[in-house]
Amino acid sequence: MFESLSTKLQNIFSKLKTYGRLNEKQVEEVLREIKLALLEADVNFKVVKSFIAKVKERAVGVEVMKSLTPAQQIIKIVNEELIDLMGGAPGKITFAPKSPTIYMLVGLQGSGKTTSAAKLANYLKTMGKKPFLIAADIYRPAAIDQLESLGKELSVSVYSDRKSNKCEEIVRSGIKQGIAKGSDTIIIDTAGRLHIDDEMMDELENVKRAVRPHQILLVVDAMTGQDAVNIAVSFRDKLDFDGLILTKLDGDARGGAALSIRAVTGKSIKLVSLSEKIDSLQIFYPERMASRILGMGDVLTLIEKAEATINKEEAASLMERIQKQEFTLNDFLAQMQQIKSMGSFDQVLGMLPKLPGSSKNAFSGVDEERIKRVEAIIKSMTQEERKDPKTMNGNRRLRVAKGSGTTTSEVNRLLKQFSETKKMMKQFSNLGSRAKISRKISPFFNF
Amino acid sequence: MINRLKDGLKKSREGFLGQFTGLFRGSLLDEDFWESMEEILIQADVGICATTKISNELRGLAKKLNIKDPEELKELFKKEIVKLLTINNDNLVDGGYLNLLLFVGVNGVGKTTTIAKMAHKFINSGEKVIFAAADTFRAAAIEQLQEWGSRLGVDVIKHQRGGDPAAVVFDAINAANTRKADIILVDTAGRLHTNVNLMEELKKIKRVAKNELSKGLVKTVLVMDATTGQNGILQAKLFNEALNLDAIILTKLDGTAKGGIVIAIEEELKIPIWFVGVGEKPDDLQNFDPQVFVEALFE
Repeated sequence: MFESLSTKLQNIFSKLKTYGRLNEKQVEEVLREIKLALLEADVNFKVVKSFIAKVKERAVGVEVMKSLTPAQQIIKIVNEELIDLMGGAPGKITFAPKSPTIYMLVGLQGSGKTTSAAKLANYLKTMGKKPFLIAADIYRPAAIDQLESLGKELSVSVYSDRKSNKCEEIVRSGIKQGIAKGSDTIIIDTAGRLHIDDEMMDELENVKRAVRPHQILLVVDAMTGQDAVNIAVSFRDKLDFDGLILTKLDGDARGGAALSIRAVTGKSIKLVSLSEKIDSLQIFYPERMASRILGMGDVLTLIEKAEATINKEEAASLMERIQKQEFTLNDFLAQMQQIKSMGSFDQVLGMLPKLPGSSKNAFSGVDEERIKRVEAIIKSMTQEERKDPKTMNGNRRLRVAKGSGTTTSEVNRLLKQFSETKKMMKQFSNLGSRAKISRKISPFFNF
Repeated sequence: MINRLKDGLKKSREGFLGQFTGLFRGSLLDEDFWESMEEILIQADVGICATTKISNELRGLAKKLNIKDPEELKELFKKEIVKLLTINNDNLVDGGYLNLLLFVGVNGVGKTTTIAKMAHKFINSGEKVIFAAADTFRAAAIEQLQEWGSRLGVDVIKHQRGGDPAAVVFDAINAANTRKADIILVDTAGRLHTNVNLMEELKKIKRVAKNELSKGLVKTVLVMDATTGQNGILQAKLFNEALNLDAIILTKLDGTAKGGIVIAIEEELKIPIWFVGVGEKPDDLQNFDPQVFVEALFE
């Protein structure tokens, strides 16, 4: 597997001590790495090509800013271009001038239309709208049941007609009923279909003609590969859809398909789905997607959050204790609580960049449950033990394990990790560089 | 299958295939040739690692065998990929015993539909099939499997939505023993491979199944969507790490996606590909034939 892009670029530039203007050869070498990173992220091959050409034009001869390294300078350009390519501004959901606003969700099988329909209904509800759902997937077994069940959970009415096999008819009556119920937003869930299935694509066209939806939203799986472009172009040619919903972004797919589709069709990404939970539909932010595609993690958001949550004085005093080699398990505990206060653990995890050469980041395999256990272990120790873990003999370890409802091997592991972290911190402070440490959000990120 | 695949691939001939055919008809084996070959593979979702590896091997081979004719190289090329994809997929089901097939995969790849198609296949060869509705998470997943059950005449063992999937499997095994069934097909909830807790849940299901049946009779099948990009490698890797996969089924090969991701997966993991899905009807499931797969790519 590939190293993370930033590591690779750092390596290239570590040889170049000179600053100044970037020459073509340097740019060329860097762009090769960026090209590979984009391809690894499933950005369409042709899109990558034209993108790289554009970046190259901008990068050659550019003066490297004093505050940045050459690698950072190029990443900055790439990042800006990526954001630009993805529309610059955050996604937006719009409403028809005259109520009700009709949204129609379309896409391939399994892209997540039905779930997205329910999530969109929930999203609209939180905006104070009164949504209504229409189950127009008459093909997949139990698709109607699925939407009805989700509607029930959300207390949103769902229209269905199990006897009809005419999609148009169902949608027409559904809209009538939605209006009668006083809904201001109506979401149509359609059956998944292949973009090359002419008959099925005609069906969508007919529905479009019959009810003229305000927005047709193409639902796309974030894990889609190079074919995303073919899919999007077919749907655009037939339906001229208005925007995208990108689903399943909670995994580790980089989501390059989003970029390709935007680049090729010019349609913007409106919303993204970040988990299986019903409230996980969010506005799309181009900056976050850009970092994700480049494999740099959503560090910006994380830093923002960290800055907002971490108490500056506390951080300063912690730094001092680190430098004096005085930090204890109490500090360890405090650090964990800070991480927790930055948001749900999964969210924080998702924002971290991956470790070089793997699909994992420093926290992979660590879940909220384990954090809880670590907390329990530390809290079962006396103040003396927390200050000086060396006093933890076999009996004490057993006592702590029992007291915290864990096992001695878990206690052992924690103590070992702590002493390793301490060693690492010692190396850091030996470097004497405050900046280096403070750049890390938490010195204990590697436990 | 050839015709179905050809039909599907016809649509994209100007794209991928056009380029390939045009490429091999050219006469000069210069650097441009190799480069465009790599580009083409990448556009089929083979990915950079596998593409580079295959391309390097072929460069070496072409040099060694002194091949200058593009047509000849094309044959060599096919052979290399066929070789890579040829992994014994016999004996996945043991006749005469109660077998259990656990279907796993990320959300929306087509697990339930694939299970229905598999059932159709087994029923046609005279086996008695039982469905275990172990997707207790997604709304109406149980109903979807039940609908297939009634269409195909297969009993469905189910619990309430939100129940313990491992308990469903336990009950399904008991029911299968009493009803003298040959095969249990277990439908599980789609889950992202990065979700540690949900992967643990699958491990538990497998443990329970192995406790009840003799070990060799429990097989785990990863269902993968042919439109999947590079994330497919991580999917296969993590599901394999957690569950020791016995086979892969590649779905939705009737679209314009090439499913090249399996080439990357096989390069690393060597898990047999068992079937490919080419439509929505019960008989739209074909044995995976590397030769046919590769021929269809190069056609």
